[in-house]
Amino acid sequence: MKIELTVNGGREIFDVAPDEMLLDTLRSHGFKSVRRGCDTTSCGVCTVLVDGLLVPSCSYLSVRAEGKHVTTVEGIPEEASKLSEHFGDEGADQCGFCNAGIALSVHALKNRTTSPDEDTIKDALTGHLCRCTGYVSQLKAIKAYLKEGDNE
Amino acid sequence: MSKTKVVNTQIRSVDGKGIMMGRQAYTDDFSQPGALVLKVLRSPHAYAKINRIDTTEALKTPGVECVLTHKDFKRNAHTRAGQGYPEPSPHDKFALDSMVRYIGDEVAVVAAKTKTIAEEALEKINVDYEVLDPVLDFEKAMDNKTLVHPEEDIHEMFPIGFDPKRNLAASYHMEVGDIEKTLDESEVKITHSFYTQAQQHTALEPHSVNAHIDVQNRLTIYSSTQTPFHVRRIIAQVLEVPLSRIRVIKPRVGGGFGGKQAIHGEILAAAVTLKTGKATTLTYTRKEVFEATYSRHPMRLDVRIGANKDGTIRGIDFYGLSDTGAYGEHALTVFMVTGSKVLPLYNKVDSVRFHGHVVYTNHTPAGAFRGYGAIQGNFALESAIDMLANKLGMDPVALREKNMMREGETSPIFSIMGEGTEGTAMDMESCKLPYCVKRGSELVDWKNRYPRYEERENTIRSVGMAIAMQGSGIPYIDMGAATIKLNDDGFYNLLVGATDIGQGSDTILAQIAAEALGTTTENIIVYSSDSDLTPFDVGAYASSTTYVSGNAVLKAAKSMRNMLLKEASKVLDTDFDSLEFDGATFKSKKDAITLKDLSNRLTYNEDQKQLTATESYVGHKSPPPFMAGFCTIEIDKETGEFDVLDYTSVVDCGVTINPKLAQGQVEGGVVQGLGMAAYEDLQYTKKGRNLTSDMMTYRIPGQKEIHSLTTEFAISHEESGPYGAKSVGEIGIDTPPAALANAVYNALGVRITTLPITPEKIQKALKQKEKAQ
Repeated sequence: MKIELTVNGGREIFDVAPDEMLLDTLRSHGFKSVRRGCDTTSCGVCTVLVDGLLVPSCSYLSVRAEGKHVTTVEGIPEEASKLSEHFGDEGADQCGFCNAGIALSVHALKNRTTSPDEDTIKDALTGHLCRCTGYVSQLKAIKAYLKEGDNE
Repeated sequence: MSKTKVVNTQIRSVDGKGIMMGRQAYTDDFSQPGALVLKVLRSPHAYAKINRIDTTEALKTPGVECVLTHKDFKRNAHTRAGQGYPEPSPHDKFALDSMVRYIGDEVAVVAAKTKTIAEEALEKINVDYEVLDPVLDFEKAMDNKTLVHPEEDIHEMFPIGFDPKRNLAASYHMEVGDIEKTLDESEVKITHSFYTQAQQHTALEPHSVNAHIDVQNRLTIYSSTQTPFHVRRIIAQVLEVPLSRIRVIKPRVGGGFGGKQAIHGEILAAAVTLKTGKATTLTYTRKEVFEATYSRHPMRLDVRIGANKDGTIRGIDFYGLSDTGAYGEHALTVFMVTGSKVLPLYNKVDSVRFHGHVVYTNHTPAGAFRGYGAIQGNFALESAIDMLANKLGMDPVALREKNMMREGETSPIFSIMGEGTEGTAMDMESCKLPYCVKRGSELVDWKNRYPRYEERENTIRSVGMAIAMQGSGIPYIDMGAATIKLNDDGFYNLLVGATDIGQGSDTILAQIAAEALGTTTENIIVYSSDSDLTPFDVGAYASSTTYVSGNAVLKAAKSMRNMLLKEASKVLDTDFDSLEFDGATFKSKKDAITLKDLSNRLTYNEDQKQLTATESYVGHKSPPPFMAGFCTIEIDKETGEFDVLDYTSVVDCGVTINPKLAQGQVEGGVVQGLGMAAYEDLQYTKKGRNLTSDMMTYRIPGQKEIHSLTTEFAISHEESGPYGAKSVGEIGIDTPPAALANAVYNALGVRITTLPITPEKIQKALKQKEKAQ
């Protein structure tokens, strides 16, 4: 079946199966930043924004996205680029498989709060597992990035 | 040492930005459009014989291209372990077999136009299983009447104690001195058994492979592997394809931790592509990762320590029993590391023995996993050392300081135990372990906080510690090579077989090359791990990349520098030795030429030639990194529930090439070690089914569990390492299990000897303690 939606600002018409998940639809149409990790919404690497809300695309039926605005990390290049520099400064990027999803969660956090405290930031990141860093360097990088945003 | 400019400075990883921005990076991102989707039919039984397998109905499903079963493969026994050749792992695996040996073992592979069709076809394969009694208790596996490998056509490549008629994948024995005599003479003794569990790597990227035939009719494979060159060799062996017809490309890998130091799915993808001529793609589901890749080897370690009343440790005896599951991948080598990278910590003993067996069971196979045996051995030994300290009435830090390895010293174990073979004698030219212990004690205020502090009504805080060592590559076996190519405009390509799996090796190898060539990493374009284009490297394992591959890069960069000086001296008409080169300009006494002009001239104008330098390195020793780990906890006195308030690591890994990436290795290792220490545990039913095959039931540490990590590096310089570096990839993972166990003991006086250390176990131990009083 055909669905019409907006991905990163561009209008798209996708032919999807009724049981197809948004993760598969996006990946098969070239949005490779959306990664497959755990299949059970536990890890956060498939995170995308649907009408501004964070969803795990591995368990979100593509048909539900009909008429909606989907954002992947490709849609927030400047923010991702800046955040990556802070990750680089803290040595927090390592394998990078979780990074695009985290960038979207940080983007959403930034949109809904200003100067969040550490607990708020951690709350925003709980959906993202990382097996490489031990989290502390990521948290430092995200704090520095948000602080830079506050000063702008 | 002269001051370095690029090495030991913080630079951002070479590809972090591209990855964060969502560029095509990982194996599945490179699947060919329209590739056949592969799905694997897996055994629902822990042990069974396939009497009949019928694929007729599956093949009739529209969109199914082919179905392969054991009947389609020649019986070429091999090991999936990605190790140097000949491998120290038994050749006990077939591409597909008429016997299935664990729940998840491969039965058949379906190739179809879509995932849905492939899954539908899997249901239509008719298999008549003769269900056999499995061996699931590893302590009853040896000499069990059920044999996991009764077949005759399997073998070891050289003696590893392989005896499938006794369910033994490997066995080992070594003794220095006379351990029984030493223990008899010792005034104080500790005897205890320790159990470590099966842990899963859970790299966030599942195992993934895709294959196609290229325009030269060769098989091209993209694989999320730690060992691309071993993958090429094993595929060639199993499918009987000449090595020259296979290209293996390792793109970015989303975490490995040892779980990708083997073949998982590559053979099936390659076989279907060769049979159909069509592109294929196979990405494991998370359930498949849990059920059908690897776990850490669960072990029982029986430890005896003998000491004098003054705290002099006189002898250590380790008997180990390791569960390798259905196949013997990394069986012997992991087991040997349990001794060889743990026991030398206490090198002043009169006697030391390490022996034991690695048994087959009908569990998911165990394999390589960061720490590689050392974490199991460390938990047992470093728990037992604290038990000894307690018995002696000594501070555990003081006991360690009295007995541990120091700079300039050695251990006879180094020459006896290698990885699967004899070892290599070496002195500890760099060993800042005493500093690590002292500094860590200061950082956690050990003097005032040991054994416990801040007791409240319900909770108490405490500290616990452990020390560890690892290695830096496998001497005389593991080789890494690097090629540096000069381009017009004066920048370089660095081609390495070394395998970046997220640890940042592309970045640190570029730093080493940049340092030696006097330039910055912007001028070093790294390309790694493509069997057609890059020189050989064994891959990312055994904590080898910084030390082994790093030395190869350093040699290649020095060789390139000499080539450049030679060319510049011709242009400037001066002798080689009187030239100066700062990385950008060559200066003679009266003249100068920039690298940019020289390279353009060599490319386009005069005496034209392509400059490339290729060098290889194989280690002559494996200098260990050392670490002291300190765990601070707050624990509920009744429920045993605890929080790790802080984990402090002080590490001697020589010079850190990239300090933040090195810190990332340590902290990532520590947190993975805390996962093993506190809650990760693959649980099996009595029939051998994995109950924890997703990331909801198998919990790894999350954001909220990690409160504080304190990480420092000792000032250290390893003369044989590139710019003084040793390895840092594994050392972080080793100490948390013992340090946590020791902290729990220091808080509540109960000793947990079976991992993971859960509140339930603590509560039970508290009740037992109460009863005994």
